Amino acid sequence: MPDEFLCGTTTVVGNGGDVIEAYAATPVAPTGAGGVVVIHHMPGFDEATKEIVRRFASWGYAAVAPNLHHRDAPGAASDDAAAANRAAGGVSDEQLLGDVSGAVDHLRAVSGSNGTVGTIGFCSGGRQSLLAGTGLPVDAVVDCYGAFVLADPPAEMNRPSMTIRDRLSSLTAPVLGLFGAEDSYPSPAEVAELDAILTAQGTEHTFVSYDGAGHAFFAVDRPAYRVAAAVDGWQRIADFYHEHLGQPQGWGR
Amino acid sequence: MCTYTTERATVSGSGKGPARWTRLDTATVYFDHPVHALADHTLNIDLAPHEGAPGDRVALELTAEAALALADAIHVALDAVPADLKV
Repeated sequence: MPDEFLCGTTTVVGNGGDVIEAYAATPVAPTGAGGVVVIHHMPGFDEATKEIVRRFASWGYAAVAPNLHHRDAPGAASDDAAAANRAAGGVSDEQLLGDVSGAVDHLRAVSGSNGTVGTIGFCSGGRQSLLAGTGLPVDAVVDCYGAFVLADPPAEMNRPSMTIRDRLSSLTAPVLGLFGAEDSYPSPAEVAELDAILTAQGTEHTFVSYDGAGHAFFAVDRPAYRVAAAVDGWQRIADFYHEHLGQPQGWGR
Repeated sequence: MCTYTTERATVSGSGKGPARWTRLDTATVYFDHPVHALADHTLNIDLAPHEGAPGDRVALELTAEAALALADAIHVALDAVPADLKV
């Protein structure tokens, strides 16, 4: 059947040449379309992340999620690895770029790929998806409610600067941004400013802010889940990747 | 949102993890998304042996209200103990 895909744990060559764990799902037959790097959120390389990888493969795109916490706890459960990473200081932007770069290479090597690669991330991964777009040659960037892109964390969080404002001029890939109008991180004002910056620099983008939705409205296992926003958001993601990564041959919509 | 903030403390004691009791010497405390609790954000505490395996930790995910209630209970319990017993 044309909709078959294989999925499971593999490895990619991440930052610094480190071989790190990854979860991949790949259509069995060549599709002539591109692939998607799924960037997991701070709670880790978890089941929700793997389900998203499988969703893209079910659409006909090869997809891979690098385990950003692999180095901190090889072989550990995802929640334990996330805790170990947190205790060790988190994922640096440098590491993120190196690990996503390895995932991009993995996808470009998939048989039958058209060579295009998109990124997607949720929450912390949303910021990191944009970050990847500023530093890596990707073709489509999806940012789902990434915070601290323009605004640094509040002073009481006692965090060093996290903004990637100065890097945005390097962002050339088209961007789809999906946000909750009731979210505070990023706030509607920050989303509007990012919208204006991308418009001013000529970066193709579409931003959607959903009324009645706050942060993490895609998360089906959290109280924040908002079905209308999530259903519309997934459709917009599908349309965006079809436009920029190609239509998988033999796969219906 | 992911808050990124993380507090760390050196502790001394023991806890029971998934398999056995273990000596604990580090605590990581943060307010962020839970893995299991039915809330969007929780106060999360990981108590771990410094050189143990990642899975050896003792983990808690408490709502903000519950975490403060726990902190108050800890203070009340310790305040009721003669000082010479707390050394």
